[in-house]
Amino acid sequence: MTVVAANAGWSALIRKGQTLSIVDLEGNQAVDFLAYSAADTAERYSAQDTVTAQGNIFLTTGSVLLSNERNPLMTVVEDTCGRHDTIAGACGKESNTLRYGHHTRPQHACVENFLSEGAKWGLGKRDLVSNVNWYMNVPVEEDGTLGIVDGISSPGLKVVLRAAMDVIVLVSNCPQINNPCNGFNPTPVRLEVA
Amino acid sequence: MSSTETTYGARDHARAQETVIERPVAPEGAVWAEHVAPDNYTHRVLARGTVFRLANPEGAACAHLLLHHADQPWERLNVADTVKVQWNAYGGDLLLSDQGRVLASIEAADGYDALCGTTPQGRDMFVRAAAKHGLDKRDLPPSLSFFQGTRVRPDGSLHFTGPVGEVVTLRAELPLVVLVVNTAHPLDPFDTCTRLDVTAWPDRPTGPDDPLWTATPEGRRAFENTHEYLSARGLA
Repeated sequence: MTVVAANAGWSALIRKGQTLSIVDLEGNQAVDFLAYSAADTAERYSAQDTVTAQGNIFLTTGSVLLSNERNPLMTVVEDTCGRHDTIAGACGKESNTLRYGHHTRPQHACVENFLSEGAKWGLGKRDLVSNVNWYMNVPVEEDGTLGIVDGISSPGLKVVLRAAMDVIVLVSNCPQINNPCNGFNPTPVRLEVA
Repeated sequence: MSSTETTYGARDHARAQETVIERPVAPEGAVWAEHVAPDNYTHRVLARGTVFRLANPEGAACAHLLLHHADQPWERLNVADTVKVQWNAYGGDLLLSDQGRVLASIEAADGYDALCGTTPQGRDMFVRAAAKHGLDKRDLPPSLSFFQGTRVRPDGSLHFTGPVGEVVTLRAELPLVVLVVNTAHPLDPFDTCTRLDVTAWPDRPTGPDDPLWTATPEGRRAFENTHEYLSARGLA
């Protein structure tokens, strides 16, 4: 049982068959997430293979997170929120300059957490790919317009993932303050490996 | 006696085989003009300012694209940033890197698919194309594709809408490693693929006086970041 502070990163080795629970303690808190095969970290979560295989861009109960080799990494076995994002990626210092202005470059961002946590496992910049955003709401309109809009999460909602193989997971408790993904107020989340 | 029974005969036999290959029509001074067969791939390093064009002459090509910054390939196409920064899943004028810079601009296209990526066969071709630039599986992020459409319904479900577009014209805004795979779209129920044509010719990168530079605030800042990098490196 770990409480990950607002804005902080976290990582762990999750063994095959173990579960990882991610609890949105205070509601509307995006949790950016990547997973790698522990046996060969060149095999990692693939957003595109995952959404193509399930024919849907949202994740919920039953969704299987597939690797770039199309092998199951983890399965969503419980989801009390309803849907989660696969397409908007992580916030970064550099992309923040594009989205909000050059003045945001000093702000902390998910990519920074991924780089810090990944370094503990020998993972670097080349290993960062499109990630899962638990509790983040990104609809796509008919004309393709998409954006991060107000969240649909609330306090105490939970996602539970079961590992289909030994995986290294990287988590960034999103520090973004310029869009609604954290309700403009990043808050702690609770993680539990069982 | 077989003509290839001796080394001399084998040499003559091999040398007699050369034939002129067919190439797509390209402007004078073109640096790339190539037919890419179905289930095949091509790749090239292109100078900044080069215009490169993907064409779909037989109507059912599917061009899967990856771009890496040739000087530092750990900087590469980021499809998540590309769709998020431009507020659209189906198309935009800029292909962005993970460093908030413009890898390429798109002059004309009927959109792209940034959601579905490629097939296992396409991925294998990306692995082989990347290897020829010293890159490996870790260097292969999610890819874009052109000429086969997909759409997202309000419930998030994806549906395949079929062939779209004849030509995509792109401009290298940084020196690029361009990897192109021509293979069926992963959601194509008919698993179709026809010839793809690739041409490229020297031109100039987008500048501050071009309308595209200031077309959107996000794009302007991406061009500013790109210029800042290039000027510090002595390339602009």
